[in-house]
Amino acid sequence: MDFISILSIFVMACFVGYYVVWSVTPALHTPLMAVTNAISSVIIVGALIASAAVALGSGGAVSKWLGLLAVVLASINIFGGFAVTARMLAMYKKKEKPAAAK
Amino acid sequence: MEHLTVNPFASLAYLVAGVCFILALRGLSSPATSQRGNRMGIIGMTIAVVTTLVTHVPTLDAGALDAVTIVEILAAIGIGAAIGIVTARKIAMTDMPQLVAAFHSLVGMAAVLVAAAAFLNPQAFGIAENGVIFVQSRIEMGLGIAIGAITFSGSVIAFLKLNGNMGGKPIMLPGRHVINLGVLAAILGLIAYFTQDQSPWIFWTVTILSFAIGFLLIIPIGGADMPVVVSMLNSYSGWAAAAMGFTLHNTAMIITGALVGSSGAILSYIMCKAMNRSFISVIAGGFGGDSAAASGEAKEQRPWKRGSAEDAAFLLGQAEQVIIVPGYGMAVSQAQHTLREMGDKLKAHGVRVKYAIHPVAGRMPGHMNVLLAEANVPYDDVFELEDINSEFAQTDIAFVIGANDVTNPAAKTDKTSPIYGMPVLDVEKAKTVLFIKRSMGGVGYAGVDNDVFYMDNTMMLLGDAKKMVEEIVKSLD
Repeated sequence: MDFISILSIFVMACFVGYYVVWSVTPALHTPLMAVTNAISSVIIVGALIASAAVALGSGGAVSKWLGLLAVVLASINIFGGFAVTARMLAMYKKKEKPAAAK
Repeated sequence: MEHLTVNPFASLAYLVAGVCFILALRGLSSPATSQRGNRMGIIGMTIAVVTTLVTHVPTLDAGALDAVTIVEILAAIGIGAAIGIVTARKIAMTDMPQLVAAFHSLVGMAAVLVAAAAFLNPQAFGIAENGVIFVQSRIEMGLGIAIGAITFSGSVIAFLKLNGNMGGKPIMLPGRHVINLGVLAAILGLIAYFTQDQSPWIFWTVTILSFAIGFLLIIPIGGADMPVVVSMLNSYSGWAAAAMGFTLHNTAMIITGALVGSSGAILSYIMCKAMNRSFISVIAGGFGGDSAAASGEAKEQRPWKRGSAEDAAFLLGQAEQVIIVPGYGMAVSQAQHTLREMGDKLKAHGVRVKYAIHPVAGRMPGHMNVLLAEANVPYDDVFELEDINSEFAQTDIAFVIGANDVTNPAAKTDKTSPIYGMPVLDVEKAKTVLFIKRSMGGVGYAGVDNDVFYMDNTMMLLGDAKKMVEEIVKSLD
């Protein structure tokens, strides 16, 4: 892909982000931060590429270990982020039933 | 420019992952759809990870998959998953701001490591030919590692401040603005020079300077401005992911980075607006330190009324409508469960109970909402500032627990007040104000005295928030 197509995707995604985030209800701003945290760990893609690379030259081996360490960090974030978001959202969910029953 | 050949199906899969992430955020528009949103996020992440593994795990000469590499990667994911899930299960809801800051630091560090790995082994990422890294990739990589490093060190400081390992008071270095601008200029200059010369020293100097600037930027920012800082670091973690997405030409990373980046930016904007402060003035820091000393001198002894838990319980039991205003103090003393109990008791007495939440109450956006949700307060009872402010005039009791600056009428009247212009909850308009506070000595984080304390219709309830509410609950029986 050339730079301009990538840049276009990026700019469009910024606009999408702008409108989507404004529609998030303020009560859910903490879960929003937790979930954005989890999804920004999609950086794990880069970490996986580094870990899976066949070592090339002197930097290759170091690169691989840095990649594996990044996989660990990103995984903490992915699993932790989604789990804590789910935990928070479940607390909001519980109240729905009594409210609906009224 | 020959990039690593990208499987068209892989690109498609990354695009699908990006769309899943958009839907994940979209789901948060209401509590009813939010859990579905979270699941979309998990699906998107799974697609992205599986796609990468399938397209990148190397094969051995014999054509079999490289089992050692697969085991190493799965082990790394397993370790991360175990730590992440255990932390997420065990963390107390009141510690959520620290946790979020800690998670931000991990994203930042991961970005730094990935950028460093890409620099050391550019061939693996398809961003170099014969060891020469493409110029465009050098800029992206440089920006990626800089933003990642700032996110990391900034988040670590934010974590230490929120966790109480480091005082909430701003730490001011002399000439810090000059130092900060100089370091920033040096980082940008070095990244520009990096396009001409890919020597390692430039890359590592950018990294070290970026770690330093993250640290320098956050230490002068006081505790009460943490909601803005946490949102800002959230935004940075997104931009770091986006920069790496440019390097790897990966749509999932670019879309996510843009989403997270704008999300954090919007939250910072909302927080700044709720404090009537400009983003620049928050980042410049120092709020809460010197002004506290200044107002301390001018402080005079004024009469105020002290009440007991029994008095409070009596008044609350007589009321028609009570509005509860929670703040950071409620989080500190973990009073949310007892508070809900009090709310239930009052409802049983036929009192209407509502909760009023100021956008910057607590230490991160939505902090109070999460705590009340944890304590099972129905979210129909919880209102935002602009929806409830007009109701205080028709309310018998405003019950302020652990909040201070967000109720200070000086923000409306006193032009010299450091918090002038900040939207506040009009608690003083209620017939009676019950104000739970640890002692009369302390002032809020802005260091400003609050006139509400000294009003005729205010009763101060001095003591730990949780104990006080417990006593009120007992007296209500």
